[in-house]
Amino acid sequence: MNELVKQQWLIPFFPLVAAAVQSLLPRGARKLSAGICLTAMGASCLLALRAFIGTLGHHETGRAVWNFTWFDYGTTQLQLGFILDPLTAAMALMVAFVGFWIFVNATGYMHEDENFTRFFCFMSLFAAAMLGLVVANNLLLLFICWELVGLCSYLLIGFWYFKPSAAAAMKKAFITTRIGDIGFFLGLLMLYWQAGTLNLYDSGNGALEQAGKLAGMPGWFGWSMATTIAVLLFLGAMGKSAQFPLHVWLPDAMEGPTPVSALIHAATMVAAGVFMVGRMFTLFAADASGLALNIVMWVGCFTALFSATIAVAQFDIKRVLAYSTCSQLGFMMMALGAGGLVPGQFHLLAHAFFKALLFLGSGCVIIGTHHEQDMRRMGGLKKYMPITFWCYLIGMLALAGVPPFAGFFSKDEVLLVTFQRSKLAWGLATFAAFLTAFYMTRQMFMVFAGKWRGHHEPHEVRWNMWLPVAVLSAFAIGLGFFGGKYGHFLGLHEEGHDGKWLVMGLSVAVGAVGIVLGWLVYGRKAMEHAEEPDPLAAKLGVLFTWLNRKWYVDEFYDATVIRATMLLGELWRAFDKRVIDGILHGIAWTAWGVSQVVRWVGDEFLINGGFDAGCESVRLSGRELAKLQGGRIQGYLRVLCLGAVILLVIWYLK
Amino acid sequence: MSVPLGYYLVLGAVLFAIGLCGALTRKNAISVLMSIEIMFNAAILNFVVFWYYLHNGALTGQMFALFAIAVAAAESAVGLALVIAVYRHYKGVNVDEMRSLKG
Repeated sequence: MNELVKQQWLIPFFPLVAAAVQSLLPRGARKLSAGICLTAMGASCLLALRAFIGTLGHHETGRAVWNFTWFDYGTTQLQLGFILDPLTAAMALMVAFVGFWIFVNATGYMHEDENFTRFFCFMSLFAAAMLGLVVANNLLLLFICWELVGLCSYLLIGFWYFKPSAAAAMKKAFITTRIGDIGFFLGLLMLYWQAGTLNLYDSGNGALEQAGKLAGMPGWFGWSMATTIAVLLFLGAMGKSAQFPLHVWLPDAMEGPTPVSALIHAATMVAAGVFMVGRMFTLFAADASGLALNIVMWVGCFTALFSATIAVAQFDIKRVLAYSTCSQLGFMMMALGAGGLVPGQFHLLAHAFFKALLFLGSGCVIIGTHHEQDMRRMGGLKKYMPITFWCYLIGMLALAGVPPFAGFFSKDEVLLVTFQRSKLAWGLATFAAFLTAFYMTRQMFMVFAGKWRGHHEPHEVRWNMWLPVAVLSAFAIGLGFFGGKYGHFLGLHEEGHDGKWLVMGLSVAVGAVGIVLGWLVYGRKAMEHAEEPDPLAAKLGVLFTWLNRKWYVDEFYDATVIRATMLLGELWRAFDKRVIDGILHGIAWTAWGVSQVVRWVGDEFLINGGFDAGCESVRLSGRELAKLQGGRIQGYLRVLCLGAVILLVIWYLK
Repeated sequence: MSVPLGYYLVLGAVLFAIGLCGALTRKNAISVLMSIEIMFNAAILNFVVFWYYLHNGALTGQMFALFAIAVAAAESAVGLALVIAVYRHYKGVNVDEMRSLKG
């Protein structure tokens, strides 16, 4: 394990090299580009697998770290480092493995795009940054990679930048996550200030190993220092993992190509916030008051419910999944906040598989239906796309939490740990789980059941698109059984089984109710025409409109934060124009006036006059002397001979 | 050995003076060129004579004279080519009309 950790850097290194090479490839080199990309990801995947296997036998000993000095300044050193522990090993394997299959799918999805190489360049860079984030043992390195994945997300959401909606979405994603990142950065600085290091583990001197000390120090708002830093860091996680109120960017991020949505905005990058909270869990849990964890739990709980309600009333196939992702990320945060590192991280892993599966499946649907995304204009795809249908069904059942699929086990653990912490949060989350089952059933019926309501006949996609979906569905079925082992693997043994059967029973029951209700509303009588109103709209009335418009959060932001920012900008612009520019212009005019006086008295009269007189005399003498040079060659020769004679005479007389 | 060295030198000086005089006064460029050839010949005569009277035995003076003749031939070829180019340009060979070489 100590040897393996020294090779951790290789895991992100391969995709990084691939990205560098691909940035130089010409546009036409599609096969080469895809080949390089897949090879690099495959290599990373194998390395991650080796690290994972290496960790399996040693999980009792905990972790291995390898720190090195990046550079010195003054007497201090700035260190970076890599880590190998079960948390990293499992996450890195998931990222590399899911990433590999998404890349395979992307070769099909981006088949007709002329900027194929650019796409894979960005995707490779993303994979490198994400893997770097996972293997980092240093908050600075983590932050660098954190920003890099944000950059890649920005570039890939706006991959089709000629679409105004995509260009707007990329800016929105970047700016919204940046708001959270300010918190992250402040937290990072405070941690460095207080702990003197950004290494997470450093044989007793690491920042996380000082968490107990930080918990005893006073911070802001009467909180302890540990809580202050944790809350600041959590702000970053809220931006990245799309937690309310910074969730608005994630649904808009669906403007990017679907493999991007699958890889970045469902499986890995958005989970980075959850992963980071998991990584810094010691710090979050350091304070006995549990304030930081409570904040995490309630933000997660609220997001889980809030996003699930919105997902019920969306018509875009990808937007339903996007809000579902927000909601599931809320579940993970809630579990972490309830003190359950294992359920939170396990739900992250399981969710990555089945949500990537669902997104890739929706990508297959979009390609199969000739770039149709509105579920009202789909229907009956079960007949046309059988493979996609079966895989999608597995993903849907996993997300809805039906046993024995992966989502059942992970969500059950999440609910259980929340139940033990707070009954109210558990109740809300259970309701969110019910909504999850309902909106996924709604989506299944709208997309795959009934009859085809679109224009062109849909078709099944090529093998390189459905194969990854099929592989991921195998994991969506099987991964759940490793839940217990995962807790053991992380070296944590969850305490208490109070209410285990109650929680599990209720979770299955609400899932079943959700599915049955979905069938009652959408399955019994399939939609006939694309223009038909949603059956739920009649029952919910104005509430449906509110849900469909996402509780008007965007409009609210437009009216408040954005309007206020614009007004403030206008104000400062006016201030700049009137006051600052006024002062500057005043100074400039004064200086100009003084210079005019100096110019007329000193410059024009004395200096210029003197120079002009000198120049005139030089010019006159030149004009006189130029007459000698008349241009007659014989004249020159005459002077030359005269000179020679004079020299001769002088020589002779001497 | 009957003719003393001074006679030859006077001949050379006279030749040189005639050439110089022509070069300075003639208006026809070809005449100027011919005058320069005369000055050349005066110089070559001096080479040969000094060799004969002062360094007889070594081949230096003769060699130098031959080289000078060859160079003079090349020079006159170049000179004539220049005169032709000048003729084309100025439609004449009057050196007084070539006055562009001035400040």
